Order: sequence, then structure tokens, then C-alpha cells
Amino acid sequence: MDQYPRQYLYLRAVRAKLFIDANFASSIDLDKIADEACFSKFHFVRLFQSIYGSTPHQYLTHVRIEKAKEYLEEGQTVAYACFKVSFDSISSFTGLFKRRTGQTPRQYQLERLAFKEAVAAKPLAYIPGCFAEKKGWK
Amino acid sequence: MITKMNHVSIYVLDQESAHDFYVDKLGFKVHTDAPMGPGKRWLTVTPPDQPDLEIALMLIDEGMMFTTDSAAKMRELVKSGTFGFGVFQCNDLNATYEELTAKGVEFTKPPTEEFYGYEALFKDDSGNWFSLGQKK
Repeated sequence: MDQYPRQYLYLRAVRAKLFIDANFASSIDLDKIADEACFSKFHFVRLFQSIYGSTPHQYLTHVRIEKAKEYLEEGQTVAYACFKVSFDSISSFTGLFKRRTGQTPRQYQLERLAFKEAVAAKPLAYIPGCFAEKKGWK
Repeated sequence: MITKMNHVSIYVLDQESAHDFYVDKLGFKVHTDAPMGPGKRWLTVTPPDQPDLEIALMLIDEGMMFTTDSAAKMRELVKSGTFGFGVFQCNDLNATYEELTAKGVEFTKPPTEEFYGYEALFKDDSGNWFSLGQKK
């Protein structure tokens, strides 16, 4: 590692993150990413963690949960969200989702859909009055 | 006693384009997106670790806030980079700089060590500029 300029190492780690961002829905082999980044797995994980505060695996899980939230907010089923972000089973997805967010996927979905419905029904209740007034909405 | 700030506004040239910039490039989350009539929209986004600070992406349009003339002037000022709206913070400036550059964000100052910390400057899709900082 020491023979590489620091900026080069940053680029490798950033590219790995961008790869995860773009390919989270596929079955990603994190060992392969380390190989492609020309790192030993140990150095790759250590560098990634020092930059992003989580291991590549933890980050991949984070991205998948965040994307699953988007599907749930769109009204998709829990099963759809689960398999679309490449989890193997609904029970492991639900368990992980609850550990990360404090809610089951269904609870999260109901809460977000209720919020969206409330905004659509009474948008002015969610816009500070000064902005609404200046815009001529009230 | 003031306790915190929960809304700020940024004037943008196009809300759909601003949505794509702040959500897809910067990684912000949409908080509220409400149609307010033909061509009118209330759109707020939040930084990833600050879900209670809504940044309203305000369209510069003619109406009660701007006349046709002042809206045109405001668009010119925004487009030409007159307004700096604030300082965003990140944990690793070099990595964030590389990532945002790869996503097409235009930086006007690369990561630089200053006496107060590390800083870079970037522009949003309208022309508003921001400082991006990392504490020493």
C-alpha cells in the first residue's frame, strides 16, 4: 500500500463504493471488488472503513435497505422490495430491516404512505406559512 | 429561545433538475414533494444525517414573490454563481470530492487545506455554490 500515492488509493476505494451504489441489486462478490481494486481484502476493508465508517459489506447492506425503503414508499410489496435488492429471504430481510430502522418493512411502508397521503390531502399543513404566503398559496 | 433551524430555502432554475442533482448526485432524501397547482411544487430535501433540516428547492417563478423583471434578474444572478448558500460537512473530503466528481458535480475549488480545516467548493445544477468541509 505504501508504494501507492494516497490519491490513487482514494480513487480505488471511491470506485468500489460507486460500484456498490450501481450494482447493489446484483449478487456482489466483495472479494472480487478487492481484487479489482488491486488490494488485499484486509487492506481494502481497512481503507474503505477508514473513509466511509463501515465495511464494504455493511455499506452494501445499508444501500440495499435504503433502496428497499424507496420501493416500499412507492407502494410495492415487501416481497418485491426484498428480492429486488437481492436479499435471499423475506424473513432475513425483515429481521435486518427492523434491526436497522426499528420498524418492520410493513410498518415503515404504512407510516410513509400515510405521510404522503396526509401531504397530498393538506399540503399547507406541511409548508411553513411564510413560504406559502410569499408563493401565494394561502 | 431559538433552539434550531428546520427549514432553509435555495432558489433554483428548474425543480426537476434540482431534484436529480440533490437526490441522485448529492445523495439527499426527498422530505416533502407536493404539487401546488399547475407548474407549482413544494419540494424539500434533507441531508443524509440531518433528516430534520428541510432544504426547500424554490423555483424562481413570476408570481407574488417575483415580478417578471425581478425573476429574470434573479435567474441571471443564480446562474452566474452570485449566491453561496452554506457549508456542507463530510467525514472524508478527498473521497467525497472524488465521488461527486465522478458523478458529474462541478467543483470550483479542489480539496484544500485551510487554517480552519479542509475545504472544497462546488456548484449545484443552477449555479448556487457551496463549501464542502472536513474538520481538522
